[in-house]
Amino acid sequence: MSVIVKTVTRLTVGLIFLYGIYIILHGHITPGGGFAGGVIIALSFINLDLAFGGKVSSKIFSKKGTGVVEALGAIMFIALALFGMRYGGFFDNFLHPDGEPGQLVSAGIIPLENIAISLKVAAGLFGIFLALIVLQKFESEKK
Amino acid sequence: MNAYLPYLLCLILFCIGIYAVLSKKNIIKIILGVVIAEYAVNLFLVLVAYKAEGRAAIFSDTQVILPETMVDPLPHALVLTSIVIGLATTAFLIALAIRLYGKYGTFDITRMRELRG
Amino acid sequence: MIELYVLLGLMIAGAIIAIEVKNLLSAVIAVGIVGLGLSIIFILLKAPDVALTQIVVEIAAVILLIRATLHREIALKPCGSRPFGALMGILFLGLAVVGALVTFSDGLNSFGAPLMTVSSFYPLNAVSGTGASNVVASVILDYRAYDTLGEATVLFTAVIGVLTVMRSPGKKKEEDLQDNNE
Repeated sequence: MSVIVKTVTRLTVGLIFLYGIYIILHGHITPGGGFAGGVIIALSFINLDLAFGGKVSSKIFSKKGTGVVEALGAIMFIALALFGMRYGGFFDNFLHPDGEPGQLVSAGIIPLENIAISLKVAAGLFGIFLALIVLQKFESEKK
Repeated sequence: MNAYLPYLLCLILFCIGIYAVLSKKNIIKIILGVVIAEYAVNLFLVLVAYKAEGRAAIFSDTQVILPETMVDPLPHALVLTSIVIGLATTAFLIALAIRLYGKYGTFDITRMRELRG
Repeated sequence: MIELYVLLGLMIAGAIIAIEVKNLLSAVIAVGIVGLGLSIIFILLKAPDVALTQIVVEIAAVILLIRATLHREIALKPCGSRPFGALMGILFLGLAVVGALVTFSDGLNSFGAPLMTVSSFYPLNAVSGTGASNVVASVILDYRAYDTLGEATVLFTAVIGVLTVMRSPGKKKEEDLQDNNE
């Protein structure tokens, strides 16, 4: 990629990552939530990979690391659901009356569920990108 | 009839997508038809939920918002899930298209019928 | 709501361009424009969560489409259409549109007046029942969390499916191919 793309990516990829984290953490106060935030984080990694080539990004995230993060998100989500079973049923909101509505620490387990969903969606989308792009380079080298 | 015109235009968009799936030979055009049909279905769900002169479904600390003036929040929840599932479906279709190109050398589906000899 | 009709007309024009033009790169960009128009319509219909998710997911889909399929040399022979499929398509889709016009006023609410028989519960009880200010977040993560669990499962299955389809043949199969070639 050209020098302009590399310079702009170097300046803005950290800001895109930070914006994704902001959308996830404020998912119960402002529009957004786990899905949009997870996809934004995955897009920041895809941006890094497309601008600098495969050699730089394979140092940051390998295929095994992506699989571990995705499974971690799923396990966290199901663990939160099963903990609620002690208090009332599957997926019960067991931390509920803990803050004023409208603050960052409020709404029980909803922010924690947002974080779990965002880990899963981000790792899943980046895994799909790795499978479709990195393996394709391997195929064209073979031919 | 004016009250149903957005639904009719949404149905026409869906019909364009399904027509592309039925009648095109290039597999990329078929994938684009599926994507357009999916956009039309999500649009229809959000159109059903709109209330005239309504507000977005978020409460606020600094204003007093009556719950009766909000738009319907339930179809928004269904559409959020549906959009991400649509992305997963599109990615899988693209993976299949790449594998078919690697095996047959073309994207034309009428030439993909030769058995391996 | 004149902006709604203008954007719907833009989306229909973009969709027709996407499926008729011969250059594949132009078709993918036209689908990107359809998605962008859809996101603006979602903002006009007062659905900010959905608009945010739609725009980022559509960017990801266009990136995957361009990067994965148009990177290789494709002989741009003009691919036509299958005549039998086109005829049957026009026939049945015409029947569908006529049938929809007949039954529109039967059960569908008119645009702008939702029925809300089930979902009038959610805005009234969201803040006191869950403590979240965003009613849509409380619906997808507390009242209807099973659907979110199902969506996470579908995404996981799709990732496994893509990794399985794109697997290169293992070492044993490569040895078999070499034996067959010799």
